[in-house]
Amino acid sequence: MKSTRTAAQQAALGLWLRRLGALVVKECKEIVRDPSSYLVAGLMPALLLLIFGYGITLDIQTLEISILDQSGSQPAQQVVHAFMHSPSFTVVPAANQEAAEKLFKDARIKGIVILRHDFGEAVARGQAGAVQILVDGADANTAKFIQAYAQMLLARWQQASTGTAQPAAIEVQPRYWYNATANSRNYLVPGSITVIMTLIGTLLTSLVFAREWERGTMEAMLATPASRLQLLLGKLIPYFCMGMLSMLVCAAAAVWIFSVPFRGSLWVLLLLSSIFLLTALGQGLLISVLTRTQLLAAQAGLFSGFLPALLLSGFVFDIASMPYALQIATLLLPARYFNVCLQTVFLAGDIWSVFVPCMGAMLALGAALLALVYHNLQKRLDV
Amino acid sequence: MNKPAAVELAQVGMAFGSCLALREVSASIPSGCVTGLVGPDAAGKTTLVRLLAGLLRPTQGQILVHSAQLAAPVGAEGQGQGAQPPLSCTAVQAQPALQTAPKEPTLGNAVPQEAAKACAALDVEAGHSLCPENIVATLPNFIGYMPQRFGLYEDLSVMDNLVLHARLRNVQGQQRAEIFEQLLQFTALAPFTTRLAGRLSGGMKQKLGIACALLGSPRLLLLDEPGVGVDPLSRRDLWRMVLRLADSGMTVLWSTAYLDEAERCPHVIMLDEGRVLYEGAPAELTRRAAGKVFAITPASGHKKATLAACMHSEGVADALIQGSRVRVVLHQSPAALPEKGLCLPSVQGVFMPVPPRLEDAYMLGLGGIDRSPSPLVEGSLPASDKPRIEARGLTKRYGNFVAANDISFSVPAGRIFGLLGPNGAGKSTTFRMLCGLSKPSSGECFVDGVNLLTAGNMARARLGYMAQKFSLYTDIPVQENLRIFGQLYGLSGHKLRQRMELLAETLALTSYLRQPTRLLPLGQKQRLALACALLHNPAVLFLDEPTSGVDARTRRDFWKHITAMTRTGVSVLVTTHFMEEAEYCDSMALVYRGNIITTGTPDALKAAVASAENPDPSMEETFIACIQRYDEEHPQ
Repeated sequence: MKSTRTAAQQAALGLWLRRLGALVVKECKEIVRDPSSYLVAGLMPALLLLIFGYGITLDIQTLEISILDQSGSQPAQQVVHAFMHSPSFTVVPAANQEAAEKLFKDARIKGIVILRHDFGEAVARGQAGAVQILVDGADANTAKFIQAYAQMLLARWQQASTGTAQPAAIEVQPRYWYNATANSRNYLVPGSITVIMTLIGTLLTSLVFAREWERGTMEAMLATPASRLQLLLGKLIPYFCMGMLSMLVCAAAAVWIFSVPFRGSLWVLLLLSSIFLLTALGQGLLISVLTRTQLLAAQAGLFSGFLPALLLSGFVFDIASMPYALQIATLLLPARYFNVCLQTVFLAGDIWSVFVPCMGAMLALGAALLALVYHNLQKRLDV
Repeated sequence: MNKPAAVELAQVGMAFGSCLALREVSASIPSGCVTGLVGPDAAGKTTLVRLLAGLLRPTQGQILVHSAQLAAPVGAEGQGQGAQPPLSCTAVQAQPALQTAPKEPTLGNAVPQEAAKACAALDVEAGHSLCPENIVATLPNFIGYMPQRFGLYEDLSVMDNLVLHARLRNVQGQQRAEIFEQLLQFTALAPFTTRLAGRLSGGMKQKLGIACALLGSPRLLLLDEPGVGVDPLSRRDLWRMVLRLADSGMTVLWSTAYLDEAERCPHVIMLDEGRVLYEGAPAELTRRAAGKVFAITPASGHKKATLAACMHSEGVADALIQGSRVRVVLHQSPAALPEKGLCLPSVQGVFMPVPPRLEDAYMLGLGGIDRSPSPLVEGSLPASDKPRIEARGLTKRYGNFVAANDISFSVPAGRIFGLLGPNGAGKSTTFRMLCGLSKPSSGECFVDGVNLLTAGNMARARLGYMAQKFSLYTDIPVQENLRIFGQLYGLSGHKLRQRMELLAETLALTSYLRQPTRLLPLGQKQRLALACALLHNPAVLFLDEPTSGVDARTRRDFWKHITAMTRTGVSVLVTTHFMEEAEYCDSMALVYRGNIITTGTPDALKAAVASAENPDPSMEETFIACIQRYDEEHPQ
């Protein structure tokens, strides 16, 4: 009796799995034949990797400035030389203040350093020499760089010219941990994996149920014996595999093409990615189930998935410097947690005190999203 | 109808928010035959079919599926014997498997074990009846459903689609191979198994849709508008297919907007605005029109004037053009033949009684047509000897494929010209070239004497175009649609306002002007689209499938306006595969495989295919005969 029962159960399970298999195979064939899947899963990630790997860098290479030496004294000459030999600056010659200002207005230079006429005397008297730095406040980031580099350079010159007799009160010796050369590519490329997986998980997936509604195939599926869970898994499994595959491709590209260090372990990366992918897929499927039209789904996917992952995940812009309300809002963003995890697993290693809370948050969000999808995916049309 | 009811609906109501799609629908669907569910768009047909498929739950009333009735063995009713042999498809002959162990396992095993077991369990309680939702839950393969637009995966091949449905319905192994073979043979899709479903013609998609729905060997087959977008030839094939299924004992529900399709069903349920208008044998309804239907041969040969006279005569329920004659339906059957103006004083012509059709009775039941005359007869265009539309050797090639080959015809002022043809025959290609939407590979076309190729915008300013799905902006008010189209045609200020007011009044749109366009009923949308096309007083009107899905009364109204306009000198070009519209044409061309295969007046075309056994062929029979003849003469 018992054995027949288990046999029956096994047969039922086999049937269940066959149905699921049929749906998965169908979905895979559609993915292969659908050009939009290549666009979203192939072309866009490649483009993003190229942009973040080669295009965008947050490090300033050289800064064009002009120096106006109004004093003509020897210390002033030394300062000018120091600027000219600095790897951070390119000095563009300017005859007088007007010429320099014209260069500045034409955006040919990013700043003007003015050594006042009494600079030589002030230094000779042992007083602080007056140096004026004009920078473009509209480009606050560059302005800060110029100010910082110029101050550093002047401090070093002062130290050198006065010998060791007058050491600076405090000396700052920065050391960049995890990213010793402070190369922005090292955190932008892993970060872009977040965006790429959101693309596949949310943007691509948001289209798939919506497309079935639009083409009328959803109705045909609802009229078949396929259950809600089968329909849901039939979508989840292929796109999960696709997302993981593209994550591996991106990680390989990061390590071997962009020479980003990988200090964690692969299985941790796989674990983190699968958890994140579930939340992204949940979000995409939820959009798909709720909107039922591809246009709306694509827009919702873009605005709720892609853009927040790009702008609010802390991948480019620091979350701590966002307005408080926005900081709170990012707590609901799975990309935020995944971004931290990715940067950690690539640049620092397997640091579980970082991963565990992030994984917990992502799991909670993912479970909530998938539960919502299951709830909203009904076998009837009137709910 | 003395067949036992397979499905019974009792006081079924369905509301979507405040919108009532169905109200107190009580009807029954007899087992083992085709039931027609007929009504215009938005009558509630799709809602009813979805209710039966278990995709919706009624907000009121009850639907009972008598599974025992549906499981009755083949031939129990003595049906289908002597006529065509039952379909050689095990998918359909599987009923015995439900009640008893299959005697021929290879033949009867189409029903999956689980369904067979569940059904056997049900049969223990004889006459067990369930609502559709429970049927779907316990007997997943019991109901086969083909939604509108067929529900096919267009990026997958024919075989992929079939395999998907087979696996979802647990049809596999040897049994699957057999069913596939039979279904492919049955639907004539065997040569196309590797073709993508999206690349199939409308008729083939339809057949594939039905094949998918048949895979679980359903007892109840629900088809939602299988005839839409399918040309007469494919429609006939489809109908034969479904008849064979019904003859072998399957219960079929066929929903349609066409009364001629409904007329062929032994049982119809007629819906209008969510209510049942009539239920029963169509012949019984048709009988109500007996003795009231006449064909008038106009005395002076002016069929359009005669039509107009009929349409506002007292006592007329329906009037339409059929070739050179006018068909009228009277409210009362006249005591004597209404010759010499006995009954219709303003109508001059020879009256001949003709047998009634379902549509005649339908119009009578609805209370008849709107008899007010069309105000569009006023005004007239400057007379012209030149043809208003002229095509000279129009050819369109896509690579090696010739979509339209050497199409030539001309339409004089005040005439209606029809382009007919099956799907993919090239009529849309021709039509697009004629309205300047696509550039011909060779050949020329003229609208009102202006060459479309060299002076496209000037020619386009002389034509009004009504697109298939009306091409209206649905989120803005009706008057804004009129304004936009008017402005696009260069009208403005006082003149635009004047034309807008005139057309709104003429086409009875005044009370809708401020409503969002999407809220308009289909008939009003159609009139609005016509108004938009007429704002700039075009000399030529292009109509692309103008009345598909619109109910008969609205169609009469539409053609009343069109025929009225042609009397002022406007020429009309219409593409259609709706045969009734073909009857309104003064002349027409049948386009098939890229060529005009025949051209002439509707009567001449009919006469050309008339034979001893069919002396008076219908337009549809004519169409099919012409195509078959061409196929015989020009084998591919």
